[in-house]
Amino acid sequence: MPLMKPKTEVGIVGYGSYIPRYRLPAREVARIWNDGEGSVPIKEKAVGGPDEDTMTIGLESARNALARAQINPQNIGAVWVGSESHPYAVKPTSTIIAEAIGATPSTQGADWQFACKAGTETIQAGIGFVAGGMAPYVLGIGADTAQGRPGDALEFTAASGGAAYIIGAAEESLAIFEASYSYVTDTPDFWRRPTTHYPSHGQRFTGEPAYFQHVMSASEIIMEELGYTAKDFAHVILHQPNRKFPERAGAALGFEKAQWVTGLLSPIIGNTYAGASILGLTAVLDIAKPGDKILCVSFGSGAGSDAFVLNATDKITEKQHLAPTTQDYINRRVEIDYATYVRYRNKLKMH
Amino acid sequence: MATEIARHWRLNSQRYRLVGEVCPKCGVKMFPPRDVCTDCLDDSRQPDFEFSGHGEVYSFTTVHNAPEGYQESAPYTVALIKLEEGPLLTAQLTDVENSEVEIGMPVEMVTRKLRTQGEEGVIIYGYKFRPRLPVAH
Repeated sequence: MPLMKPKTEVGIVGYGSYIPRYRLPAREVARIWNDGEGSVPIKEKAVGGPDEDTMTIGLESARNALARAQINPQNIGAVWVGSESHPYAVKPTSTIIAEAIGATPSTQGADWQFACKAGTETIQAGIGFVAGGMAPYVLGIGADTAQGRPGDALEFTAASGGAAYIIGAAEESLAIFEASYSYVTDTPDFWRRPTTHYPSHGQRFTGEPAYFQHVMSASEIIMEELGYTAKDFAHVILHQPNRKFPERAGAALGFEKAQWVTGLLSPIIGNTYAGASILGLTAVLDIAKPGDKILCVSFGSGAGSDAFVLNATDKITEKQHLAPTTQDYINRRVEIDYATYVRYRNKLKMH
Repeated sequence: MATEIARHWRLNSQRYRLVGEVCPKCGVKMFPPRDVCTDCLDDSRQPDFEFSGHGEVYSFTTVHNAPEGYQESAPYTVALIKLEEGPLLTAQLTDVENSEVEIGMPVEMVTRKLRTQGEEGVIIYGYKFRPRLPVAH
């Protein structure tokens, strides 16, 4: 199986995260729709405030990535934003973020979409863009304000958050990409048609043929091709729509809890869709040590997985505290009830 | 509608990045940009200056009867922010309970939705200020 390995090594020059401060406990969703009975898939999820959307989340992540990269934003050759909740159907999110960080006008801007793996796509393309000499730096972002239909199983977990990565030359990087790999098939497990507000999904079909088939295959193939087993990695981050799926997949791949616990954020912030796996990666990078080997695997419905193997460099420790850590954002928690959530996420239609 | 779009678009650098000016003669920093220095009245071309976004609450009030376009946010707090570099500006506060706001509270600039022009219009983004994020080191 062909891995994606650029001829010139590139890595992460800066990274940043953002998680809104509001939290909706899953028990509160159960109180409204299930008489408070039954098990819930996570403890609580992060909810964007009324003045937050994918652009504002992506922008704060990008500013944190710039603070760690300490580069001139005019040298960013592309600003790419992956999301399934872009604020406009037509009009790019990327140009607003590029303008706000001072990267315009000599830059490439584009919005990407592939359900929950739209963020890792921007990173994978950025590796090629930088390695090919097209630009010194690429800014890749995954962010979402995910919407679950009221009363649907996804409402427990559909959350808000995002992460941003500045890809650049290996010698400037805090972590270097050893290789990446993509595994995609036409598997309609989750979708949203253009004129509808809430997505639909194939319920149990989202498990075995979708999440597990793609995440497990991408993980197994990249490890096998590079000659690694689970024991070679300090950390693993798998896409996290809930707590159960990544824990089950991680264990089946031979990983232990100590390897996934740092990057498994879904139990306390929910599924941030295009932000999910790469937000988990920011939490790992916040505490990683030089020499740590990291496996990060996304999953996007429709369906596909992007897998990355990274190696942390000596530069990582000097970069970690140049911006708020992901834990800093997790810590500023403000609990809200369902009614406040309905107001903040604009779920009341007054007509 | 077109006039309204242009009016907001011209303010992008101010609203997104707090870009003001610095007087080449006396060095005073101004926000928003001015044709004439507010201190020494020098009227030569002033270079751009990007403010840090750090400041403190100088004074504030809570708006309960919001003007058109802002009703969905009410009640919200508007503050005079004293920027670290000197100027005072007016901005909405966010990520804070109205009852928690105090004079002297350290704040930082964030970019948020200011308002939307209905379901079909453009989204106006710009600066708001929030309590400075506690960062664990």
